[in-house]
Amino acid sequence: MNLLVIFIGAALINNFVLQQFLGICPFVGVSKKVDSSFSMGMATTFVMVISAMVTWLIYNLILVPFELQILQYVAFILVIASLVQFVEMFIKKVSKPLYDALGIFLPLITTNCAILGLALTAVLKEYNFMETLIYGVGAGIGFTLALVIMAGIREELELVDVPKSFQGAAITMIIAGSLALAFMGFAGII
Amino acid sequence: MKEKTAIQELVKGIWDENPVLVQLLGLCPTLAVTSSAENGLAMGLAATFVLLCSSFLVSMFRKMIPGQVRIAAYIVIIATFVTIADRFLAAFVPDISKSLGPFIPLIIVNCMILGRQEAFASKNGIGRSLLDAMGMGLGFTFTLLVLSSIREILGAGTWFGMRIMWESFAEWGVMSQAPGAFITLGCLIAGANWINARRKA
Repeated sequence: MNLLVIFIGAALINNFVLQQFLGICPFVGVSKKVDSSFSMGMATTFVMVISAMVTWLIYNLILVPFELQILQYVAFILVIASLVQFVEMFIKKVSKPLYDALGIFLPLITTNCAILGLALTAVLKEYNFMETLIYGVGAGIGFTLALVIMAGIREELELVDVPKSFQGAAITMIIAGSLALAFMGFAGII
Repeated sequence: MKEKTAIQELVKGIWDENPVLVQLLGLCPTLAVTSSAENGLAMGLAATFVLLCSSFLVSMFRKMIPGQVRIAAYIVIIATFVTIADRFLAAFVPDISKSLGPFIPLIIVNCMILGRQEAFASKNGIGRSLLDAMGMGLGFTFTLLVLSSIREILGAGTWFGMRIMWESFAEWGVMSQAPGAFITLGCLIAGANWINARRKA
């Protein structure tokens, strides 16, 4: 039950993009087409789940016993950067079509603050290993959801006459605001 | 590109190449911490500090860092200074440090800072890099201060904790929550576009 609450909380109520403002850069940059934003969301979810697990292990098995918590940030970002590199090589080896589909998005995931944000929040909330895993999956799905909804709206938006100053990023922000407003409605479900 | 004078190098970050409004970099902290003017200012100053220090180091070591591992090297440098800033805030202003939460460590992946290292500090001398970092930091702080002031005044009726709106003013609660951040920033970006379009014409 507790795990379910964590999952729904991360995916909908505290949606990483729309309520916690993590991963805004890819949200604005990649959300132009539904297909590519779905691939981006899936790749990010994948890295999120793995990095949440690995950083949990590193924090609780290495940094805490040796009292090196001060190195937390440096250690986490190094883990994430090398993990992304590793995942990239792995996907290239195992499934070439998937690798081609993801293309440039993979290396960009390193600088996605949702990944580091997830690792840091999981430590802050003192989740155990299983909870961290579920939290990662929920956050990733929430991220994908927000990205795909946004891309769907932006595809329609190309047919609309937007005032000149609002074209591009400005209108994206306003739409994101309306989406955030809609997502606030989920707050009551748990 | 034409050589810029020292003053131009400093000033460009504040408006012409404003990191948030024009380059759309570092949006996550911009949106997340601007629910009150105090937090916005603290975030701006912390990011400026990290940007200045890391630009200095990156520019100093720019000939020694091999090209293949440069991004990793920049990130480690940035993470070191972020740790310093984080400890400093936690020691001297614990309240602000608490309300900024994970967004201080997230300065590490702020694309504005990494972007300046990659685009500027790794190609220019120490003096110019410091000027550039200072300008970008000021531009970032300025934007955060404007955004957070609007949100705090409309959302809570206060500015830096002081009540400035009239007694019967009904707070727009939504301004201090997530949607308010997105909509205010959208309007600010549109405003900047509008002014720039008029200046060119």
